[in-house]
Amino acid sequence: MSRTVSSWILSSARNSSVLRGKGRWYSICIPDRNELKWRLLVSKRCLYRAGSCSRSAFSSPRAFRHSSAEEEQLSFQLSASQINDILRAGELCHRAPPGSGRKGGSVLSFESNQLASNSPMEDRRSAATCLRTAGMLFGVFDGHAGAACAQARLPHYIAVSLMPRQSLQEIELAVEAMRPVRPILRRHGHPGDARDRRLSSRYFENLRVYWQHLLDLDAEPGLSLEEAMICAFKRLDSDISLEVQAPQDNELLRNIALQVAFSGATACVAHVDGVHLHVANTGDCRAVLGVREEDGTWSTLPLTRDHNAFDEFEIRRLKREHPRSEEKTLFVNDRLLGILMPSRAFGDVQLKWSKELQHSVLENGCDVEALNIYQYVPPNYHTPPYLTAEPEVTYHKLRSKDKFLVIASDGLWEMLSNERVVQLVAGHLTELSVQKPQLSFEKPVNLGYMHNLLLQRKSKGLASLDQNIATHLIRHAIGGNERGQVDQEKLAAMLALPDDLARMYRDDITVTVVYFNSESIEDYYRSN
Amino acid sequence: AAGMFLRLLSDLQWRAANPRWRRMSSSRRSSSTTAEPHPVSLPAQAQVVICGGGIMGTSVAYHLSKMGWKDIVLLEQGRLAAGTTRFCAGIVSTARPVSIELKMAHYSNKLYQQLEQETGVQTGYMKTGSISLAQTQDRLISLKRIASSLNVMGIPCEIISPKKVLQLHPLINIHDLVGAMYVPEDALVSSANVSLALATAASRNGVQIHERTSVSHVTVQKGHVTGVETDRGRIQCQYFVNCAGQWAYELGHSGEEPVHIPLHACEHFYLLTHPLQEPLSSSLPTIVDPDGRIYIRNWQGGILSGGFEKNPKPLFTEGRNQLEIQNLQEDWDHFGPLLSALLRRMPGLEALQIMQLVNCPESFTPDMRCIMGESPTARGYFVLAGMNSAGISYGGGAGKYLAEWMVNGYPSENVWPLDLKRFGTLQSSRTFLRHRVMEVMPLMCDLKVPRWDFQTGRQLRTSPLYDRLDAQGARWMEKHGFERVKYFVPPGSDLLDLDHSKTFYKPDWFDIVGSEVKCCKEAVCVIDMSSFTKFEISSTGDQALESLQYLFSNDLDVPVGHVVHTGMLNEKGGYENDCSIARLSKRSFFMISPTDQQVHCWAWLKNRLPDDSNLTVEDVTWKYTALNLIGPRAVDVLSELSYAPMTAEHFPSLFCKEMSVGYANGIRVMSITHTGEPGFVLYIPIEYALHVYNEVMNMGQKYGIRNAGYYALRSLRIEKFFAFWGQDLDAFTTPMECGREFQVKLEKGTQFVGQEALLEQKQNGVYKRFTMFILEDHDTDLDLWPWWGEPIFRNGRYVGKTTSSAYSYTLERHVCLGFVHHFDEKTGEELVVTTDFINQGEYEIDIAGQRFQAKAKLYPFSSLFTQRRRKDEVELSGYQRE
Repeated sequence: MSRTVSSWILSSARNSSVLRGKGRWYSICIPDRNELKWRLLVSKRCLYRAGSCSRSAFSSPRAFRHSSAEEEQLSFQLSASQINDILRAGELCHRAPPGSGRKGGSVLSFESNQLASNSPMEDRRSAATCLRTAGMLFGVFDGHAGAACAQARLPHYIAVSLMPRQSLQEIELAVEAMRPVRPILRRHGHPGDARDRRLSSRYFENLRVYWQHLLDLDAEPGLSLEEAMICAFKRLDSDISLEVQAPQDNELLRNIALQVAFSGATACVAHVDGVHLHVANTGDCRAVLGVREEDGTWSTLPLTRDHNAFDEFEIRRLKREHPRSEEKTLFVNDRLLGILMPSRAFGDVQLKWSKELQHSVLENGCDVEALNIYQYVPPNYHTPPYLTAEPEVTYHKLRSKDKFLVIASDGLWEMLSNERVVQLVAGHLTELSVQKPQLSFEKPVNLGYMHNLLLQRKSKGLASLDQNIATHLIRHAIGGNERGQVDQEKLAAMLALPDDLARMYRDDITVTVVYFNSESIEDYYRSN
Repeated sequence: AAGMFLRLLSDLQWRAANPRWRRMSSSRRSSSTTAEPHPVSLPAQAQVVICGGGIMGTSVAYHLSKMGWKDIVLLEQGRLAAGTTRFCAGIVSTARPVSIELKMAHYSNKLYQQLEQETGVQTGYMKTGSISLAQTQDRLISLKRIASSLNVMGIPCEIISPKKVLQLHPLINIHDLVGAMYVPEDALVSSANVSLALATAASRNGVQIHERTSVSHVTVQKGHVTGVETDRGRIQCQYFVNCAGQWAYELGHSGEEPVHIPLHACEHFYLLTHPLQEPLSSSLPTIVDPDGRIYIRNWQGGILSGGFEKNPKPLFTEGRNQLEIQNLQEDWDHFGPLLSALLRRMPGLEALQIMQLVNCPESFTPDMRCIMGESPTARGYFVLAGMNSAGISYGGGAGKYLAEWMVNGYPSENVWPLDLKRFGTLQSSRTFLRHRVMEVMPLMCDLKVPRWDFQTGRQLRTSPLYDRLDAQGARWMEKHGFERVKYFVPPGSDLLDLDHSKTFYKPDWFDIVGSEVKCCKEAVCVIDMSSFTKFEISSTGDQALESLQYLFSNDLDVPVGHVVHTGMLNEKGGYENDCSIARLSKRSFFMISPTDQQVHCWAWLKNRLPDDSNLTVEDVTWKYTALNLIGPRAVDVLSELSYAPMTAEHFPSLFCKEMSVGYANGIRVMSITHTGEPGFVLYIPIEYALHVYNEVMNMGQKYGIRNAGYYALRSLRIEKFFAFWGQDLDAFTTPMECGREFQVKLEKGTQFVGQEALLEQKQNGVYKRFTMFILEDHDTDLDLWPWWGEPIFRNGRYVGKTTSSAYSYTLERHVCLGFVHHFDEKTGEELVVTTDFINQGEYEIDIAGQRFQAKAKLYPFSSLFTQRRRKDEVELSGYQRE
């Protein structure tokens, strides 16, 4: 390795636009405390840039970590196994039970992982099987300005929207009679995934109001999938907005509601039922399909558009919704009203409510400082709402050449292109399949042969190959170099960053990869 | 596939042998035609419900039913012997370093040998013997130590040369070996079949066995087990036995009153091969190669080989507790190093065809010893689990001891090292267990050297002075989660790193501890002893005194301010606890006992004290920091700090007074040091701890004060022949047997627990005697050091084992403490041990096969005591603990 950690840090410091991933809200309108630290750091580092960037110039890891309060001596050079431990902590893997393919389940398995840079993590993910209707839901949520908003209530809203009248009546009757309600979703979660128990009863009440509303609609045959997803998104956002306006005596609950409403989250949710794939997207998470063409090459099919200042369609939509006089102020510095990167999101009521409503809610004697809510009315705030949670829903009918779907928060897409991601997943699939014959016992294998194989694999480092594809992607996202290889030193440096620095270099990353069962998809086309 | 084959075979055999069972199971088998009704409904009540149909559950059922208990129900969530029991390697090995474990394995071996004859179920028992290999001299020493203790138990065992190894097992590469240990009577069994045989016998004795029945939780009322909730209904019962293996932890936590069973499962891999071209003989010995971390046994003409890798994989058991057979994945890369070790040991096997890599969960405990006994919180709730991958070896013996425990109130052997009550809630954190078992599993193969300390799960309980002491060079060990100082490394001097400090010879801290001891003798030292268990017992009337008089053997009706050393005895007169009790007032007492007594002693008192709201017991362990000021100048330091005269006239030995030290008031000062040296222990409310410590250190400077650790304390107490509970004393040792008659007041006017047994002993004499040995021809620098568990020989005949030992810097000799028995030369029957018997013998101590001459003494050297002692505390003020 000719490039040292320090030189890498330096070069990326110069290229600081990459680092603006996080702090979308504040890095412009408020002087960011991290940014101050950041400047300090750069000036210090410059001392080294003048001299040679050898390892010895970097012999004092503490000098680098001066901004961290921890004086523990943390080895800057994490070992390979430490790196693996960090990267793999959030791994989640679920395989459909064998035989489910025949019953029309087109999901073979899914693998997911998260890596935090913010503390606490602001991303959330969810994967669930709808129990009252067919299909599975996969969601990635990327919160900003605090973790409060990105709670995964959405799957329940979607599941309820999809349920037929009869099931809704059934659960309503059960709740009415205070009988236990059969679960609506089976979640495939990680033991470490956060769950808000104390809030669940309140959220449940609002969910119930929602299905009562659906029952009142009296629409047979119910909502289409697309309508249902849009309806669920909008309903959840309006519930978030209403929960904070409703009178609430319990201060804790009120404060949480406030934090939820005043922070924001983008969401991307995929619903898979047989060959029918719907992706609903709000904000800048992204869902990309990996397609293997007949000639064996891989191509990329994005199923979402990023809702931000770079999207022509979004610009046009916003211009349409607001007076011509505001045309120039809608996007400033590529941010909505100069503030927010995504142009659609849950929460963020600062960009949705009228000034008067914001004032009346916040001035109701709550401690804005303590709640970490930044009360800030942006310039040119004339015709709210500017922000919506309404998703764009894409429908795609799965073909047998559609092999996998990658859903990830923007933390991944900032680092890797769609094509690169599909390439990495495809490459990983091949590597795994190359490995397989060595481990199967179809042919008799003797001890000596196995021993040699294992030694070879060890020397090649194959053994340390990530089994989980999401981990593989995250490893490349934060440790990849220009040549597309993982630079161990860069990886180690990135992971050893103290919390307060980590967010300058990398965003929270959440990745879920869903593998499709090509056979069951083929079966579908054959029988129809 | 192999497992399945084994499984089918055993089913057939067992069902053939057990017609009653066949009826029950046949309807289930043919589930395609009948709609799977549960054949036999559960009884509404039973005396005992056992949860778990593995080797442990069936062994307990077998032994209980043999002892005459018939009303027993055994519940298994899946099918009998289908969990770890089915998967394990089936090696019965008696080569165990801990004596009680050795006894269990020995019994198991004898039991399994005759089981086939008894039950008609083929158990696959084959006496193959086992060979443990040594690649290093240190390993050979540890094998020799085990060999010594096997030999004195009458188990054939010899240390053999590498050449002899080759004769016994032709496939072994012996070029890197320095020696080996051969245990010819070790055996192989089919573990599932052993379990089924035990179940068959139990079932014939009336035990009801229900498969596919899982226990959801155990109900407890008023501290007693009342019943068991299962997925097929409730069973009322008086006793519940948790033999749920790797699920024991969760099951323990499922009830309203959690029972903490600290164990955690790890994945354990072993390899099965096809037969060799010339199939291996089924009588070929099992090979254990601890330096290579592997074991190898013959298996159906091929081999079965597994091991304990350095980087174990703990299992997430959450959410999996309904599975009977674990679908764990094979991980060849993980197995790689073990495969290398296998091929290095048996290079000729390269061409051998692989059949399967089996991944089988094994449960490990925080101290590598299994868990048995009764819950401290729920009476009637018994546990037997956490076998640390030796379930088959321990199964028979462990089941027997637990059955004895339930039927007789206590097993026939001292099982404190395995007692559930050695743990408390503090060891049951999931994180702690995960970290600790990752250290414990590799330790299975690591060299077990004296004074080993666990490195994981540390710094849980600490004294407020921890940082202070640590900054001064303290090196720490842990007891019951509490960090205690071993010794202080002086500034500038350097010790070996952890791996290099492992030795059976003179350790690197020898001189450091020597200077601490010297300071205790000549000036004054301070030792932080905050870890001791401390209870306060008080009442509104005389209830406290009356109850304590009944529970303790010494007379506690002493003037206020006196401290009494006393045993807390069981009905047989054995020590359940050894403590010092200070009478704080007419109606309140302050009781200090060993650190690991916190759970046991609490349960003992709770179960025996009257249910009287006017009598309160409080655990105040956490409230006080204890500083032990040892040495002739302690009195000067303390009197300067308190402006009170502290000389023997004003503050006699074994006295307790609340006084001020520095600015801090309400410090309990006791004139005991647990070492026989003059000095005081200060019990300081924790918020004053730092202040008092600073004052003591500042004031002490002119008297040459320094910090000291437990190693110095240990040397001081052992040279004065002080026994300590948990090491020298146990539930099978009475005060009469360790020269502590003076701590028993048979005529104190009230009855007390164990009185009758002691009276009888006084009349008839004792069958073992606690004795001190001074090693005569032992070279401290060059010879192996004694530890504990070394056999004692009198006139060339085995008479007992040592229980602790230390180097006495004053005598410049090693001192070993141990028990001497008198076995009849012809019959081996135990005879009364008299003073003459002790005094008229020539003694030798066997350290790893080498015998050293020793001088036996029944009384300590009076020259070692500088302290003037109170009249009623004659000769042995034998109170001590660590």
